[in-house]
Amino acid sequence: MYGYLLKRVLMLFPLFIGITLITFVVIHLAPGEPVEMQTALNPKASAKTRQRMREFYGLDKPLHIQYVNWLGRLVKLDFGRSFAPDGRPVIKKISERIPVTLSINFIALVLEFGLAIPIGILAATHRNSIIDKGITLLVFLGFAVPTFWLSLLMMYLFGVKLGWLPISGLHSLGAAKMSTLAWLIDSAKHLILPLGVATFGSLAGLSRYTRSTMIEVIGQDFITTARAKGLSERVVIYRHALRNALLPIITILGFSLPGLIGGSVIFETIFAIPGMGQLFYMGVMSRDYPLVMGILVIGAFLTLIGNLFADLAYAVADPRIRHAKT
Amino acid sequence: MNSLSNHYIYDIAKRFISNRFALAGGVIVTLLFVLSFMAPYITPYSPDDLDAYHVLLPPSNGHWLGTDELGRDVLTRIIYGARVSLKVGFVAVGIATFIGTTAGLVAGYFGRWVDQFLMRTVDIMLCFPTFFLILAVIAMLEPSIWYIMIVIGLTGWMGVARLVRAEVLSLRERDFILAARALGASDTRIIFRHILPNALSPVLVAATLGVAGAILTESALSFLGIGVQPPVPSWGNMLTAGKDYLEFAWWLSLFPGLAILVTVIAYNLVGEGLRDAIDPRITRS
Repeated sequence: MYGYLLKRVLMLFPLFIGITLITFVVIHLAPGEPVEMQTALNPKASAKTRQRMREFYGLDKPLHIQYVNWLGRLVKLDFGRSFAPDGRPVIKKISERIPVTLSINFIALVLEFGLAIPIGILAATHRNSIIDKGITLLVFLGFAVPTFWLSLLMMYLFGVKLGWLPISGLHSLGAAKMSTLAWLIDSAKHLILPLGVATFGSLAGLSRYTRSTMIEVIGQDFITTARAKGLSERVVIYRHALRNALLPIITILGFSLPGLIGGSVIFETIFAIPGMGQLFYMGVMSRDYPLVMGILVIGAFLTLIGNLFADLAYAVADPRIRHAKT
Repeated sequence: MNSLSNHYIYDIAKRFISNRFALAGGVIVTLLFVLSFMAPYITPYSPDDLDAYHVLLPPSNGHWLGTDELGRDVLTRIIYGARVSLKVGFVAVGIATFIGTTAGLVAGYFGRWVDQFLMRTVDIMLCFPTFFLILAVIAMLEPSIWYIMIVIGLTGWMGVARLVRAEVLSLRERDFILAARALGASDTRIIFRHILPNALSPVLVAATLGVAGAILTESALSFLGIGVQPPVPSWGNMLTAGKDYLEFAWWLSLFPGLAILVTVIAYNLVGEGLRDAIDPRITRS
């Protein structure tokens, strides 16, 4: 177990280098430089000014030197300054957005797991019944529906036609002056649509997965034994089968953790939510290299850590792995 | 050998056709192919025909799905949009499948540091939120359908690589491979002649589901304005244009979305149908 842990932690270093390398290469594939974006619209910018700006951003050095310099600063958590006119440090910009995205995605994740697992169990225990078929249909819709389209339709239906829900942002104007209760209700109203659409889209995969895992577990000998002992179906399903089916589901949870920070470009753009996805989209559109690189590296690194924790949780939950000699 | 493999394929086809959902998916996919190839002959309008006198018309006899803000026929544009989806779906998945299969074969067969290197590359690639990576590359380069296909392909091969590697690892130790090696077959011959054909069926399933995913990604990119550029019609950019008229021209926002939905469902049904047909244990146990 400890040997395994040590190996996994040591492996983080080469993987981290790989992440930074890919990020760097991807960003520098692009023709044209941010300097040109900033000077193209300004006829007064002479060749000299451009040169000064390139030096200022360190773009005049060879690529490998740029990479090493950047890596050196990364280790100190210095992601540089944004190319945007405000020129604020990237890490500040990101840390402002994280709480928004994190809290929204956390609620979405809780909803997703809270709904998908019971749905999957229901489908597995009522296999090939109307319930199962209905759920399967819903799952297929969830897989296939383009979330941006569903968002548009919901905004139209609930926001424009019925006028029940606000369609953009996180708060109404003047939310700051509201009482706590009114503020909470206001926020909740703003969140219903994005959360609803996000949950519907993500339910599909997990409920389907829970269903197939449960069916597999239910087919095993120890379940037959449990039934043969005369245990009630409730105990058999929820005590014996579910516990074993939960193992692979934990892995999925681990994979979802990094998504908490990632945020969704599409949702945040459509619903005008000031989170990470929106920040990334804006950064990409204005070729804000330091910002884009910062978000990519942070996002990928958190995924790496998330996977590590998922594997550890898996090892802790499964005695076969916990006691294995590696 | 030959008659046996024919029998095998015949069995799979029989199981696939007897599955109503898979069959329905197959029919829709075929229909989409026919529509895309025959587009100029089927549609009475051209996708770029502007008609200032018939702007934003609701669905009617002349225009089954209405007209858009420039008077173009929506049905015609949806049919031409199917071309974009098919192209992106197949080319992107083709790239992903090729890279993934090659990496998986090489990693699984040669093992050791080759395997280590390739699988750690897979791990690294899987760390990036795929859509972020695609968005970054496409926006940094110029938006073009070719870049989209290549980037979706380059970011989508990891699953296939893992799948193929796992197949190869289990196949490598089988008796018939040992027999081939004992007979003096070269690595290349063993890989292409004996291992690859046996590892292909899960790849086929993954590729079919991958087409659905690629179509969704393309439509999302086009919706964000960095995918297929107007005036070339794609379902995603039709939705972007339509959303500004949502209040008084719902048909602009409804039909292209439905086209995406139906297409993606169809590919998913075919993919799942194939999986069940290839491995009947899952459905019958």
